[in-house]
Amino acid sequence: MKKNQLMEKIIHGIFLVLGLITVGCVLLITVYLVISGIPAIREIGLVDFLFGKEWASTASEPKYGILPFILTSVYGTAGAILIGVPIGFMTAVYLSKLASPKVKSVMQSAVSLLAGIPSVVYGLVGMLVLVPGIRKIFNVPDGASLLAAIIVLAIMILPSIIKMSITALDAVPKEYEDASLALGATPIETYFKVSVPAAKSGIAAAVVLGVGRAIGEAMAVMMVAGNVPNMPDSLFQSVRFLTTAVSSEMAYSSGLQRQALFSIALVLFLFIMLINATLNFFLKREKE
Amino acid sequence: MSNIITVKDMCLWYGDHQALKNVNIEIPKKSITAFIGPSGCGKSTFLKTLNRMNDLIPGLKITGDIRYEGTDIFSKEVDVNNLRKEIGMVFQKPNPFPMSIYDNVAYGPRTHGITNRVQLDEIVERALRDAAIWDEVKDRLKKNALGMSGGQQQRLCIARALAVQPKILLMDEPTSALDPISTSRIEELVMELKEKYTIVMVTHNMQQAVRVSDYTAFFLLGELVEFGKTDDIFSQPQDKRTEDYITGRFG
Amino acid sequence: MLNQSLSKKRKGFEVLMKALMLLSVGLTAALVLFLLIYVLGQGIPNITWELLSTKPSYLTERIGILPDILNTVYIVLATLLIVLPLGVGAAIYLTEYASNKKVVGIIEYAAETLSGIPSIIYGLVGMLLFSNSMGTCLMAGALTLVIMNLPTIMRTTQESLKTVPQSYREGAFGLGAGKWRVVRTVVLPGCVDGVITGCILSVGRILGESAALLFTAGFAHAVNGLIDGLAAPGATLTVALYVYAKEQGEFGVAFAIAAILMVLTVLINFAATLVQKHFAKRRSL
Repeated sequence: MKKNQLMEKIIHGIFLVLGLITVGCVLLITVYLVISGIPAIREIGLVDFLFGKEWASTASEPKYGILPFILTSVYGTAGAILIGVPIGFMTAVYLSKLASPKVKSVMQSAVSLLAGIPSVVYGLVGMLVLVPGIRKIFNVPDGASLLAAIIVLAIMILPSIIKMSITALDAVPKEYEDASLALGATPIETYFKVSVPAAKSGIAAAVVLGVGRAIGEAMAVMMVAGNVPNMPDSLFQSVRFLTTAVSSEMAYSSGLQRQALFSIALVLFLFIMLINATLNFFLKREKE
Repeated sequence: MSNIITVKDMCLWYGDHQALKNVNIEIPKKSITAFIGPSGCGKSTFLKTLNRMNDLIPGLKITGDIRYEGTDIFSKEVDVNNLRKEIGMVFQKPNPFPMSIYDNVAYGPRTHGITNRVQLDEIVERALRDAAIWDEVKDRLKKNALGMSGGQQQRLCIARALAVQPKILLMDEPTSALDPISTSRIEELVMELKEKYTIVMVTHNMQQAVRVSDYTAFFLLGELVEFGKTDDIFSQPQDKRTEDYITGRFG
Repeated sequence: MLNQSLSKKRKGFEVLMKALMLLSVGLTAALVLFLLIYVLGQGIPNITWELLSTKPSYLTERIGILPDILNTVYIVLATLLIVLPLGVGAAIYLTEYASNKKVVGIIEYAAETLSGIPSIIYGLVGMLLFSNSMGTCLMAGALTLVIMNLPTIMRTTQESLKTVPQSYREGAFGLGAGKWRVVRTVVLPGCVDGVITGCILSVGRILGESAALLFTAGFAHAVNGLIDGLAAPGATLTVALYVYAKEQGEFGVAFAIAAILMVLTVLINFAATLVQKHFAKRRSL
C-alpha cells in the first residue's frame, strides 16, 4: 500500500513539474530578453534609443536610434489592419450568414490553406510578383517598400481574422436574428445591425490577434520591404521593421551593435505583451 | 366586427410532410384570438406563416389564400418587411438584443427610417408605457437589457414590437417561459392592448385561453378543428375532438 | 401601404453590403487560387529527381536539396519526440491532477503567452539559451521549436481529455484504482485523437517555421545521418528557400521548394480534417 502511495506521489510530482514548464519557459524568455536587452539601452540612453531617428550601427560613429523601426512596424501593422480587417470581416459575414454550407466549407478549407502557407513562400511570391508589380504600376525605382510589406502582411493576417470572426458570428443566437426580422428588418440589415454587434468581442479579439501577428512577422517582410533603415516617410521607400532590424544584422554583429539588436527584440517583446494583455481584456469582457 | 386576417384553404408542407391541412379562419379585429391544441398540432407554424417568418425555412411550400386587410400577403407587390411592420411578433423565450433598453425599443423605428432623436425618444416612451414597463425602466434606459428579469425582458420585447406601431401582435406562447406572477402581469397587459391592437396568441395553457381570449381556435394534427367565441368553445364544443381536448382526455 | 417598397436608403444599404461582401469573398478566393496556381506552376517544373536526391555541389554548380529535406525530417522528429511527452504531460496535469484554480489559470495564461510570441524572438532566445552552449545545430533549433509548439500540443490534448466522460474515471476509481492507474488505463487512451491532431498541427507549424531556425540551426547543406545531423548546423527547407531566393537569386530552386512546401501544407490540412472527422464520428457513436 505504502509503495503505491509513494509512486502516486512521485508521479503527481512529475506531472506538476511538466505542468509548470510553460510558466518556466515564459519566465526564462522574459529574463533572457531583459538581461540581454538592458545593457545597450543603458549605454545608448533610453530616449536616444527609442526616439533617435538615425540607425547607423556599422558607421564609424555609430548611431542607434530605433524610431524608424518602431514607426515602420506601427505603420506597417496599421496598414495591414486597414486592408486586411475589412476584407476579412466582410468575407466572414458572408460565409457565416449568407453562404450555402458547401461554399462555406470550401472557403474555410481555402482559408485554412492560406493560414498554413509558410511565410517564406509569401515572401518569395511577394519578391517576384508584388515588388516588380509595384515598381511598374507606381513608376518607382524599386518596388521593395513599405507598401509591399503592408500588402503581404494584410494577406497573412486574413486567415486568422476570417476564422475567428466566423466563429464569433456563428455563435450569435438565432433568437436575436429572428426578433430583428420580425420587426421588419431585412436579413442583411439584421446581420450588420444585430449579429455583428452581438459578435463584436470575438471580432475585436480577431483583430487584436491579427495585430500581434503582423507586428511579429519577419521573414516575409524581409523579402519585400527593402531593408534600409529609413524613416517611413513614404509608402514607396525601402524600410526596416523591428523584426527585420534584428534578423538582418544579427549574423554579423558584435559588441554594442549586437547588444542593441537584443534591445530591439526586448522592445518588440514588450509591444507584443501589451497587445496580448489587451486581447485578454477583450476576452474577459465577453465572458461577462 | 370586421376581420383583419382571412385565410382560405391554406396548406403547408415541410418537404414531403404536410404540417397544415385546409385551414380556414377569419381573425376578428381588435380582439384576442387564442390558438390552442396539443404539441405539434401546427398552431405555432400557422402563427409564423401570418408574418411570413416561415419564408426563411428552406423546402417549405404553402398553398391557399392568406389575406391581411384584403391583400394577399404572398403577392409579389407586397414587401415582406412592411408586412412585418404591420404584423408584429413576440416570441416564446424573451429575446431582447444585447443592447441597451433604449436601443432595443428604438431598433424597429430606426430600421424603418426614423433617425430624429426627439421622435425616437417619444416613440420609445410611448411603447414602454403601452407595455406597462415605463416606470420600471425610465431611469435606466441606457442599461443593458440582458440585466432584466425574464418577465421584464418579455414586456420589453412587447414594447419593442409595439414601437413600430403594428396593427396585429402575434404572440407565440409568450408566458410559457415565465413565472406565474410575470405571467399574470402579461395577461393583464394583453387584455389592455386589445383596445388598440389585434392579438393572436398561441398558448399551451387552456386556462390562459379562457382567462384572456375572446375567440379560440383549436388545432389538431395540422387541422383547424373548431373556431369560435371562447365562451362557446369551452362550454359547448361542437366537435368531439375539441371536447376531448378541453376535458383533458389527451394533452 | 404593404406595397411600399424599401426606402432608397435601405435599398442602397442592401446593394452596397452585398457588393462588398461578394467582392471580399471573391478576392479571398482569388488570392488562394492565385497562390496555389502560381507557386505550383513555377515550382513543379523545377522539381527533378536530381534536385531531390543530391546536395549542392560547387564543382558541378548544381543545386540539390536532399540535405534540406533530411534536415527538415530530422528536426520534425526531434521536436515531436521531445514536445509530445512534455505537452501531453502538462495537459494531463491540468485536467487530471491540478486542483488549485489559480495554478491552472497561471499555466494556461503562460501557454497563451507563449503562443503569441513572434518566432524571431524565439529564434533569438533559442540562440541565447541553446546555441551558445551547444553551438548552431539542428538540436538547438528543435529545442526552440519544442517551446513554440508546447501550447499547441497542450491545447489539443486538453480538448480531447475533456471529452473523456467523467463517469469513466469515477468507475475506475470506484474499483480501487490509483490516480496514475486511472489516467494510464482510462484517460490516456481517450485522448489519442487530440494528441494526433496536435502532432499534425505541429508538423505543419514546424514545416513552415523559418525565423526561429535562422540563428539556432544555421544554414549548412551537408548530408548527415540522424544523430550527426542533429549535432550539426543545417538548413531546413524553409531556411534554404530563403537563402536561395534572397541571397543567391536561385529562384528556380526556391520555387521548387515552395511548391513542395505548398503540397505538404495541403496534405497536412487534409490529414488534420480527416483525423478530426474520424474521431468526431467515433465519439458520437
